[in-house]
Amino acid sequence: MKNYSAFEIIGPRMIGPSSSHTAGAAKLGKIALLFVKDDIERVDFLLHGSFAETYKGHGTDRALMAGLLGINEDDESLRYSLDIAKEKGINYKFIPTDLGEVHPNTVKFIIYGVNGEIVEVIGSSVGGGSVKIIEINGMKLEVIGEYPTLITKHLDVPGAVASISKILAEEEINIAYMNVFRQDKGKDALMVIESDHKLDEHLVERLKNSSEKIKEVYMINGL
Amino acid sequence: MYNFKNGRELLDICKKYDKKIWKIMILREEMNTGKSYDEIFEQMKENLNTMLSAVDKGINNDKKSISGLVGGDAKRLKERYMNSKTLSSKRTLKATAAAMAVLEVNASMGQIVAAPTAGSSGILPGVIYMVKDEFSVEDDELVKMLFTASAIGFVIAKNATVSGADGGCQAETGSAAAMAAGALVELEGGTPEESLEAASMTIKNILGLVCDPIAGLVESPCTKRNAIGATNALISADMALAGIKSVIPFDEVVEAMYNVGKSISPTLKETALGGLAATPTGRSIAKKIFGEE
Repeated sequence: MKNYSAFEIIGPRMIGPSSSHTAGAAKLGKIALLFVKDDIERVDFLLHGSFAETYKGHGTDRALMAGLLGINEDDESLRYSLDIAKEKGINYKFIPTDLGEVHPNTVKFIIYGVNGEIVEVIGSSVGGGSVKIIEINGMKLEVIGEYPTLITKHLDVPGAVASISKILAEEEINIAYMNVFRQDKGKDALMVIESDHKLDEHLVERLKNSSEKIKEVYMINGL
Repeated sequence: MYNFKNGRELLDICKKYDKKIWKIMILREEMNTGKSYDEIFEQMKENLNTMLSAVDKGINNDKKSISGLVGGDAKRLKERYMNSKTLSSKRTLKATAAAMAVLEVNASMGQIVAAPTAGSSGILPGVIYMVKDEFSVEDDELVKMLFTASAIGFVIAKNATVSGADGGCQAETGSAAAMAAGALVELEGGTPEESLEAASMTIKNILGLVCDPIAGLVESPCTKRNAIGATNALISADMALAGIKSVIPFDEVVEAMYNVGKSISPTLKETALGGLAATPTGRSIAKKIFGEE
């Protein structure tokens, strides 16, 4: 039983109508955007379960796009996100589908960059505006994003994890939670590290340049 | 020191430190987060401002929601209490219209504050808007109301649930109304005990209320249930201030609400499979909005 803050009872401030179908959807878009390096040319939103059934009435479509445009879940421009996307020349499609054994409020983003990059992110809005990313580019993981979070893609070989945690220690970043998600033995693995400390670009660059075993590094500084 | 798990402990702490509920809630927040009193107070004031802007926006506007199901009713009710002889008092209708206004803003993708949820976000702003307008209450006193309300909401969230999907509408608008009732009592000079009496009576009045939104949208009957929630809060607060007591104590009412919620069929907990959502008209509206069943 959680020791809720007064601001979890009165709050959050958000754009309606639904914390899970609107606010949570915007957060999912915001996280998905982190993994996109190119400017976005086109997005396919594959909607599952309740997202597929009720996205129009809840504005889930506008919220998902808003997140991808970097619009916050409490920003009133959220409701105009589809128009904003059109102005920016971003094409989009919302496709009801079945993503299998996942939470009822789940979306798969397929994001096409202007330079040919394709990024796929699957995430669920699990209630009250909380979210969970469960897959990035075909690789499984679990990201909540409430704390400052680092996500690394590294080679599944001895020393990779140690070299990352060594740098974090040197930067005086305390690791609150750490999970490794290995995809295939000896190939790529993802690691999700949650910390109490705010993260910065300098840390991301340092990790990226520290070893060939570390391929990609992303950060979320709380949602 | 200021942490509590239930209503009984909250009352004991209020008594021990000889403080009102709102003050204990701020002290608790200070202790748990390390933030300063002023910082916490200002943060809640921002919520108050957002709530009041949502009322202003909704009560003067007849913009329809995305689905077209709601919009314009708050304005309609306002026009009636401004211009006609009404059955209920003007104060009651003012709070009611304001509560509906916020839900209409929520349904048209405007900015609101979940209190405790988006689907019940109209009730607290509704009663607060009324007391501000009718009794010229200063904003700082209104912020204190939100802290009192948050303490009651906290006890319910911790020991039961405030989610319609888990406990039905009784858990969602019922909690919001209980929070509002307790806050009204404290504003009007009632004791912490009387605040919880009001909260108890509020929940008892709508115990068993199901969550059956048409087409699964946070629109109808949610808007009108926020209206009735505001009214329920006002009447329960007046009853408590008159010295009327709840036969069943607050913590037991909360537990009963939780147990009733568990025994409500899943078809009546935000799934849009039962109740009003499953009526021929409800289904045909859903079909029209989504193009298929």
